[in-house]
Amino acid sequence: MSDAITAEGLVKRYGGVTALDGLSFTVPRGTVLALLGPNGAGKTTAVRVLTTLLRPDGGRATVAGHDVVEDARRLRAHIGLSGQYAAVDEHLTGAENLEMVGRLYHLGAKRSKARARELLERFGLADAADRPVKGYSGGMRRRIDLAGALVADPPVLFLDEPSTGLDPRARAALWDTVSDLVAGGGTLLLTTQYMEEADRLADQVMVVDHGRAIARGTPDELKDRVGGNRIELTVTGADELEPARQALAWVAVGAMRTAPESLRITVPVTDGPEALRRVLGRLAEDGVRVRDAGLRRPTLDDVYLTLTGHRASGAGEQARQTGRTGQAEEALR
Amino acid sequence: MNAVIMPVADGWTIAKRNALKIRRSPDMLGGVVMLPVVLVLLFAYVFGSAIHVPGMPYREFLLPGIFVQAVIMSAQITGYTLTLDLRKGIFDRFRSLPMAPSAVLIGQTVSDLLMNLAGLVVMAAVGLAVGWRVHTSPAEAALGFGLLMLFAYAFSWVTATVALALRTPESFNNIATMVSFPLVFVSNAFLDSSGLPAPLRVVAEWNPVSTFTQAARELFGNTSSALKTADVWPIRHAVAASLLWIAVLLVVFVPLATRLYKKAVSS
Repeated sequence: MSDAITAEGLVKRYGGVTALDGLSFTVPRGTVLALLGPNGAGKTTAVRVLTTLLRPDGGRATVAGHDVVEDARRLRAHIGLSGQYAAVDEHLTGAENLEMVGRLYHLGAKRSKARARELLERFGLADAADRPVKGYSGGMRRRIDLAGALVADPPVLFLDEPSTGLDPRARAALWDTVSDLVAGGGTLLLTTQYMEEADRLADQVMVVDHGRAIARGTPDELKDRVGGNRIELTVTGADELEPARQALAWVAVGAMRTAPESLRITVPVTDGPEALRRVLGRLAEDGVRVRDAGLRRPTLDDVYLTLTGHRASGAGEQARQTGRTGQAEEALR
Repeated sequence: MNAVIMPVADGWTIAKRNALKIRRSPDMLGGVVMLPVVLVLLFAYVFGSAIHVPGMPYREFLLPGIFVQAVIMSAQITGYTLTLDLRKGIFDRFRSLPMAPSAVLIGQTVSDLLMNLAGLVVMAAVGLAVGWRVHTSPAEAALGFGLLMLFAYAFSWVTATVALALRTPESFNNIATMVSFPLVFVSNAFLDSSGLPAPLRVVAEWNPVSTFTQAARELFGNTSSALKTADVWPIRHAVAASLLWIAVLLVVFVPLATRLYKKAVSS
């Protein structure tokens, strides 16, 4: 069989809340699928079901050919999981943490030890190997946790929001590591709130909303549907919003969003730099004064607005994380 | 690896992890070593100057009671540690591994037993220094410590059950303190319970803490014919009753804790 992961109509309810609402997908062996969605979309629940931490209320799923419910124990020998919270022991050193995981995969004392050293070397943690994890930075913790998922060299890997809480440098380093990993031919399912992360790491992206898949494709296909870059423009006065909108309509390939309180307009465009140049030229001709203008990549929010017509339900949370609180007040026009 | 060896081997791996943790957290180690020392000195000198028991020095009467109290306090570390671990992702990691699920609780209780043993050794040394003596054969004394250790192990499963039902360190600590203090004080651990008013006396006589204390006193020879013990079955046959208590605690709380663990980590 060529699919490393199969999920058919997975359902999971928590009281009145439906976390998974008939989620189905497959991940072919040797490929990377990113589940993209805001907090509460059901991404983590899907990972927890597939890694046997949670029993689904309905549907079935297999990983590496093993059923997640019937064959959980054997399935676990074929997976590695790195969750949202670095699951490492603070008081143990990096080496001790990895050795313990090796022992629990039943690799034996000698192989566990050797494997721990190997991974610490590979993740650039050799110098910190014999220090308690308590003193590690956020990025180091994430790496040691990721190393923990790789101890038994499992064919299927699950990474739940691997870069949440990391600074941009640590995030870039983590992406490099993950890219190297999957280049080796493993299968990876990762969840993320960042379009950029999915773009960078995944062969296929599946957008999840309220426990259901609402779109699936390659990152490029998805970007084509959502529109490429965004022009974000801020004018100096309310009376300049309308002329600015007219100028932007000229290059827009999708719905324009205007936030009157912050005098900002956002619009999806193709060929961003050229579109920006043309818009700025026309605004100068028309005498519209611009306070700020720039290009940015589509965010999860943009993906959601385009695909569902509604805002990502966890957008407030994501906005806080990325420091873009102002956008939450924007109105769709 | 088969179904019998795996929980033991994995349990040992987890126990080693916990032992390392204890060694690296001075507050925990301090609690286990210092608390018993403080208890022995406090009770020996403060109560010792006010309380007299017939036929023997108070400190000889006291030490077995302190042992039982320390076991009850130290066993709470099992529950407390579990509530802390529940807050982190470590149980998720364990559950995604092909290990025996029961190993987590086995490992936790075994490492806490080792810590309890360390506490008992320190306490016995301090006890000897302040005048406590063993008057029985080494075999009986060893049996006395063995019984205390078995009780410690069984009681760890009780605190694990409570912790996995409550799930937060704060609520666990509140309940543990609220239950363990009356349990220890309404007993014969520090006083001759025959002097208590009737309803309290009955409670004290049937309190398992009294049974374990009486068993320890008998096995260490800290008894006196001048001191009348209660005429109830668990006190007259204290060693047998203690073993029975241990068996009952294990039979009830091992499966209960295991079930609650599964529930706590899979929600």
